[in-house]
Formats: sequence, C-alpha cells, structure tokens
Amino acid sequence: MILTAIIVIPLAAAALCAIIRRSPAGAIITLVGALAALALSAWADHCVITSPHHVLIEISHWIELDSLGAIILSLVAFVNVTAAIFSLGYMDFKQSGSGLRYYLNYNLFVFSMLIVPMLQEPNIVWIAVELTTLFSVLLVGFENSHEALEAAWKYIVLTLMGAAIALLGFLLLFWAARQAGAVQPYTWSGLVAAAPKMSPVLLKAAFIFILVGLGAKVGLVPMHTWLPDAHSQAPTPVCALLSGVETTAVLYAILRVLTILQASPVTHAGSWVLVFGLISAGTAAFLLLNVRDTKRLFAFSTVEHMGIILTAVGLGGMSAHLAAILQIVGHAVTKSFCFYSAGTVLLLLGTRDIASIRGLIRRAPIAGTALLLGGFAIAGAPPFTLFLSEFSILKAGLGRGEYLAVGLLAIFISIAFFAILNHVSRMVFGASEATKPSEMKCRSLPTSCKITLVIAAVPVIVLGIFISNPLHKLIVLAAISMRG
Amino acid sequence: MTLLQNLTPLITNLNALAGGLFLVASFGIVATRQVGDCLRYFIFQSICLAASAVLMGIQPYSPHLLAVGAINLITKVGLLPWLLRKLVREEVYTRREITQAVSIPSSLIIALMLTLAAYWLSRPWLNAAAAGGALLINLPIGLAGLLIGAYTLTTRREAVPQLLGILAMENSAFFAGVAVAPNLPLIAELALAFDILILTFVMGVLTRTVHEKIGTTAVGRLTQIKETASPHIEAAAARPSGRK
Repeated sequence: MILTAIIVIPLAAAALCAIIRRSPAGAIITLVGALAALALSAWADHCVITSPHHVLIEISHWIELDSLGAIILSLVAFVNVTAAIFSLGYMDFKQSGSGLRYYLNYNLFVFSMLIVPMLQEPNIVWIAVELTTLFSVLLVGFENSHEALEAAWKYIVLTLMGAAIALLGFLLLFWAARQAGAVQPYTWSGLVAAAPKMSPVLLKAAFIFILVGLGAKVGLVPMHTWLPDAHSQAPTPVCALLSGVETTAVLYAILRVLTILQASPVTHAGSWVLVFGLISAGTAAFLLLNVRDTKRLFAFSTVEHMGIILTAVGLGGMSAHLAAILQIVGHAVTKSFCFYSAGTVLLLLGTRDIASIRGLIRRAPIAGTALLLGGFAIAGAPPFTLFLSEFSILKAGLGRGEYLAVGLLAIFISIAFFAILNHVSRMVFGASEATKPSEMKCRSLPTSCKITLVIAAVPVIVLGIFISNPLHKLIVLAAISMRG
Repeated sequence: MTLLQNLTPLITNLNALAGGLFLVASFGIVATRQVGDCLRYFIFQSICLAASAVLMGIQPYSPHLLAVGAINLITKVGLLPWLLRKLVREEVYTRREITQAVSIPSSLIIALMLTLAAYWLSRPWLNAAAAGGALLINLPIGLAGLLIGAYTLTTRREAVPQLLGILAMENSAFFAGVAVAPNLPLIAELALAFDILILTFVMGVLTRTVHEKIGTTAVGRLTQIKETASPHIEAAAARPSGRK
C-alpha cells in the first residue's frame, strides 16, 4: 500500500493542478503532496529495515523496494519537499502567469523520479528513466528565453539519443538472460541470481550500451555538454531536482546493471566504470577553474561528483561501496542546497555572473552565508559528509592497491576543491565595486526561500557529524546488495 | 501446420526484404533535404518494423509479436504523424535544408561505413548466442539503424529531422528487439508505445515554442549559451522575441 500511495500522490497532485487551474492552489497541492510522499517514504524505509529480507514488496516482481532503492527514494522525496517550498516563493517572485503549467510538469517529473527505484523490471525502469527526461524538459525551457529553449533542446536531443542507445543495451540484456534459459522472474534480483550462467560476450555488449546511453543522462564526459546548460537555465527548484536527484536516480540504474555484471563471469566491468568516472571527474575539475556562472559552477560540480561516485564503484569492495553510497547521499543533499543558495543570489541580485557578484556577506548576509556553507560542503571540506565519503573512497582505493586511480582522483578532488572555494570566497568576501548605497541595495527575499535554505541546510550540516542508526543500517544494507 | 512450415523460407526472405527496406529508410532520413520527405521515410521505416514483427509472429506462431506489430502500426504510422502535424505547422515540412553540416554524398558514405561497422560489431554477439534465422538480419540492421540515427542527429540542423532521428534510433532498437527479445512483457511494449507518443508530444511542443520565440526551427544554429557569455536574466528578458 505504501509504495502505491507514493506513486499515486504526485499523479493525483498533477491531476488536481490540471483540474483546479489556479496557480496558488497548485502550489499548496504540490507542497502537501511532497510532504505526504516524504512521510510515506520514511515509513517505507522503516519497513525495508525491519522486514526479514529487507525488501518491501508491493506487487511481487514488479514494484518492490530494497535498501538501495529506499535510499534513492528518500533522497528524491526529501529534495522534492525543499524544491516545492522554494517553488512557492520563486514562482511568486517571478510573477509568472503560467504557474499552473509549471506545477503540472513538476509533479509529473517527481512522479517519474519516484518510480525509478521501485520498479523491478529493467525494461520498465528504462521507460521511467526516459520519462524523467520527457517530463523535465519543458521545465528546463520554462523561462522561454532563447538560452532556456536552447538548453532544453540540447538536453532532450542528447539524453534521448543516449536513451535509445541504452534501450538496445537493455534488449541485449534481455537476450542474454533468454540465452541462459528463461530468467524467472525477470527482475534486477532475478538477473543477479542468473548472471553466472549468462554469456559474457552478450553481457559485456549490453553493459557498454547501457553505460554509454544512460551515461549521457548522468552527465559523463564526453556526453556531458548538455548538463551545464540545462542545469543552469532551468528554474532554481528544478535545477535542485535535476542536479541533486535526477542524475542520482539514473546513476542508480547503472549501478544495478553493474551489480549484474559483477555477479557474472565478465571481468573488468569495474575497470571500465573506473575509467569513465576518472575521465569525468578530471575533465569537470579543470572546467570548474574558469566557469563564470554560479549555476554552471554547481552543474560542473555535479559532473565531477558523478565521476567520483563511479570511480568509487569501479574500485569495488565493501568499503568503496559504502563510501560510494555515502557520497550519493551527501551529494544529493548538498547539491540541492547549493542550487538553492545560488538561486537565492539570483533572486536578490538578478544575476548569475560570478564576476559581478561581490561582497555578498555584507550585501545579503543570508545568501552569502548559504553560498559559503554550500561551497564548503560541496567542495568536500571537513566536517561535511562529502569530506568523509571522499576520504573513505581514497582510503578504500589504497587498500585495494589502486595507487594510480587514487592518485589521479586525489588530484582531481583537490583541483575542484580549490576552484569551487576560489569562486565562492570571491563572491562572498570579495570587495564590491558598487560604492553607492543605492547599488548595494538588494531586493527582499521571499520567506519560503529562507525556510527552504534552513530546512535544506539541516542534513548538510548534520550528516557530516552524525548519521542516525536507521540511515546507517540502510547504507550498509545497500552496500551489501551492490556486491551482487 | 505443414503449409506454414513450407512458408518458412518465404517468411525468412520477406523478413530480409523488410530489413533491407528498413535500412534504406534509415539512409533516406539522413540524406533527404526536405523535412516532409524525412517524415515520409520515417513512416515507411515504421511500416517495415511492423512488417518484420508480424512476419516473425506468423512463423513460429506468436500472438504476442502480432500484437507488437499492430501496436507499432497504430502508434507510429497512425497517431504519431497526426500528432506531429497538429503540433508543428505545415510550413516547416516544406522547408528545405540547404546547408547540412556534411554534404549528402559524404553522409551516405558515412552511413554505409556505419552499416559495415554494425555488421562487424554484432558478429561476435551472434556467434556467442549461436544465433540463426531472423537474428542474423534484424540485429545488425537494427544496430546499423541506431548508429545512422545517431549520425543523423549530429548532421541535421532542423528540429523535425532531429526528432525523427531520435525516433528512428528507437525504431532501430525495436527492430533488433523483435528478434532479440520477442517475448518482452506486453505491458512493457504498451508502455514503450505510449512513451513514444509522449516523446513526440513534448518535442513537438518544444519545437513550436522555439519557432514562436526565436523564429527559427534550425535548432542546430542555436549557440547563444557560451562559457564566456555573462548571464543576466534581465538581458535575456529584454531581448526581442523574433516572432514570424
């Protein structure tokens, strides 16, 4: 019942938005739906932890939730709540008459992300992943400016091209399973169980197609070119969802397929992922050095973090998997906060240009503090979660004797650290060129934006110091399930 | 069933014909200048796909594949072109793309090379599965169509041919799919067909918005976002929207 309710809530919210046709009502409905989904997903987490096999079964072999899925589901549900609150002030502030269209698409987009971790049939998961693109693209182009439409077009063409490539991969996976004798049931877990009997050649081919195809949506270099555009042109709450959890939800599908490969006779699947991850992390680290736009700064950082997570997964082993999952949690929570702070600056000053944002701490103390906190947290400074997870990844890599990979990763993380903090510190503390008091003035901030910043900051600060027992249990269970 | 068994070679040959025509349609989508012709090639390609599914559904008899053929025919030959013509105005289809990124003869040579690459790539897979029959036709041609579709996306600049490139890629994956995964759950097939319609709707709406706000559908020429541009939302809002 719980999972069905989580699926139905955003759909019902979307339907209500379409029926009521009033923008303020749409905002309230969306927020209530988001809160309900979060509460239910917390309950679902509880069920997953307490059930004997750590699986919550709704419709056997079709809709189930295991530990890894539960983590992704909760992350989506949490960022959904903060994004819904931020939307309140954002849409009001923009005084856009088309709020209805926004909330309709928003709820559909959330629906598509919520179902990804629940579905068990890989081909249907592919459809859900494609729906995340289709429902979010009109949100990316929502501002209807030249730039936004251009970003939306790039986004849809590149990710759907990737999706078509991944579709062939999923069909090849189905073929490999059929060759090994009918896999019953045809689910993620059924495939892992049947993996030792499958043909390595077919599995390898399927995996390469899926990695490249879904990699385009995760933002792996060289298919990342759309990501900074789309993640910077979309309205801020949508940026937080896109960068914080959409990439993660797609990455989750790649991790599932990788688990199948690691249970099969195929060797080196981990190494491909490792190489892909290192290339992404490295390229993004260098691109971070000279970005000129606050949202693009955090978008490139998403590419970097996806690279780090894949590197960790590619290293393999229990400790690396644990660190990778911690990194997934930390990234989703922190990146959404970063986009809220960048969005707050955008609301206050009306610009995303890094060079023209100076002396924020004096001009807009709330936005300045938030940007500073977000910058430190996303760059991986102690005592935040990402420091902990990145440190654990490097340690796990050393433990497995992967000195070259660890060395490169350490260099890339340091470059990104320097780049992000350099930009952020100049924006927050840099001497402002505006000397006249009139130029120093900012617009006032909507209350909902302040509330969002406070709520979103809580896990950013807390998770680095204290991880609650249930969350710890979920992370450990998920890491075990990734071993195949 | 002897009659049907006698039909087996005929069906294999007909399927090979459908495969050949499917490939021709993929080449057509790369090489035609006129947007309307591109759409016609896509419809033709979808008919070949449906034909292949139906042929394989006759022998060995599989109502599942017959249903897949019917679903494809209804969505891609019936609903999709209707939806597209409803969303994107007639004027766009008569437009001719004069300057493609690569000249048409070179495009055709590249498409031919991609086809050869597809045959070369898929051989080890077919060997590993000890495959025969329709697989030998559908898998390489499907892969070739996928690669040619990806190439189409990089060389065409108009919005509608790019959309058709994506749809052709999905068609190609399905073309391989009818042989590789003939017993995909029907619910997945239905969801896939529905997904194609949402895709067409969303891209159609986006094309229309681009046409209205920017005044062109040559999306390949949209290069406003640059790393060096200083992004100012007021500036973006103040820019006159070139309505036609």
